Amino acid sequence: MSTAIDRFDDKTRGAFGQIGQTEVYEGELLRHRVYTRFLHWMVALFFFLALFTGFGIYMPWLFRWFTPIFGGGPLSREMHPWFGLGFVIFFGLQALNWIKPMTWTAADTKWMVNLRKIIGGQEKMEPPDTGFFNGGQKMQFWEIASGCIVYLITGMILWFGARVFGRWAVAVSYVLHDISALIMLGGIFIHIYLSTIGQSGTFQAMIRGAVSEAWAWTFHPAWYKQVTGRDPVGACEEARRKASAK
Amino acid sequence: MSDRKTLQIKQISGHSGPAAGFDMQRDYEVCKLIDTTICIGCKACEVACVEWNDMPFTPTTFDNTYQTMPSTSYHFWNLIKFNEHQREDGTVQWLMRKDQCMHCADPGCLRACPADGAIVQYTNGIVDFQQENCIGCEFCVSGCPYDIPKFNPATKKVYKCTLCSDRVGQGLEPACIKACPTGCLKFGSKDDMKFIAEERAKQLRENFGFEKAGVYDPQSIGGTHVVYVLHDAENPERYGGLPKNPVIPWSYTVWKWLFKPVLGTFALFGLLGVLLHYVTVGPRRAQPEPPIKERES
Repeated sequence: MSTAIDRFDDKTRGAFGQIGQTEVYEGELLRHRVYTRFLHWMVALFFFLALFTGFGIYMPWLFRWFTPIFGGGPLSREMHPWFGLGFVIFFGLQALNWIKPMTWTAADTKWMVNLRKIIGGQEKMEPPDTGFFNGGQKMQFWEIASGCIVYLITGMILWFGARVFGRWAVAVSYVLHDISALIMLGGIFIHIYLSTIGQSGTFQAMIRGAVSEAWAWTFHPAWYKQVTGRDPVGACEEARRKASAK
Repeated sequence: MSDRKTLQIKQISGHSGPAAGFDMQRDYEVCKLIDTTICIGCKACEVACVEWNDMPFTPTTFDNTYQTMPSTSYHFWNLIKFNEHQREDGTVQWLMRKDQCMHCADPGCLRACPADGAIVQYTNGIVDFQQENCIGCEFCVSGCPYDIPKFNPATKKVYKCTLCSDRVGQGLEPACIKACPTGCLKFGSKDDMKFIAEERAKQLRENFGFEKAGVYDPQSIGGTHVVYVLHDAENPERYGGLPKNPVIPWSYTVWKWLFKPVLGTFALFGLLGVLLHYVTVGPRRAQPEPPIKERES
């Protein structure tokens, strides 16, 4: 099973590598390849389309000014499930692409326990065992993965409606669909914040695909060690010495 | 009816005494009374409904009963439901009930509807769908305890009985009432219809041996603007699945009107949270940072 996924991932990654390119300059590391970036932005696009078409239907006081953006209520309602389906499909591909680096480890549990310090800004560098993804990123990934399953099941029930599934299935799905959306809405604020202004140097990872070495040893030390073979703390200290010597 | 209420003269200039006709209308709430005990199943009401509402002819479905089709549809809003009920003594009783929108005082469809202006409730109790505002999400179908709103896949809108709001607004009775030959259907104010219904139920109990006869006006949804007289009010389910205690799912009551706005506000606090994090704790930077010159404490 996993080999089939590997073969599929390798094939698609290869194909997208032919279409696009990633330039890694001196002092940088390759973070996200073309295929990963493509999937990420497709997921993002469909997420926001589904979110905004859903907003109008979600609350009466959003209805009058949110649905006209998508051509009015009936068109919003017509397109929302298709946008949602796009979101689930592209995230599904991303899940296959990321299933290995997203596997939960003991280091992630430790990271979560340490969360308060990270939010408080006391820890300048991530713990040395933080790999390609940290515990928070993995938690968001698995939240979206489970959210997608909830969306898909409840969304289908809402799409085909009470005529097919009965009124109670729709009534329950309605609430679960909302809860899933609210959790994801909360998560997206944190995700956007940390990938842009909250953690400088992160955004280029999803745009150009490359990050600076300093970014790598600060935020993902174990990954830095794995790809360069150098000690992240040592590399950081060396850079500090060089900077003060100037 | 609504026109009459707003255009009723209250005062007249240079006029001594009260304005003629002022406050003469006792009750604005209308009601349809269906006495199932004298329905003969002639289906004149079905035809009148199709005629008045200008709906296309629908082929009937034969399912070994006298019912026109299994359920109401988007272009068939009024259906006589048949049930052959076998009593304990072995005799058979024909139960015929005119099925249509009940025009609930607390309409589940209206609670479930997310589209501004797609469902309205008039002060006279009529619940009406405004198809030009309908977005076709069909949440009303799941909100309704009576399975009344029906989706038209061609127009992608939902339709149901209007209690002939167009006729009632002009002071006429609904088309089905006009067509009924037995007097089984009556139309008037809610108080009057309830009075007549209770009198008839009492008559059935005392003079005709239907000891369980009663009036169907379920209080779980605040009562309805269509009330039934039933031979057996304790088992309304026998009359083509009339629910004894109709309920609106809590998704459309507690969740929609309380938790949704509250949790939506919480989600906005998330946005405020990251903003405040940025201005207080500040962003994380790749190490080494430039040396710190000064620190606020």
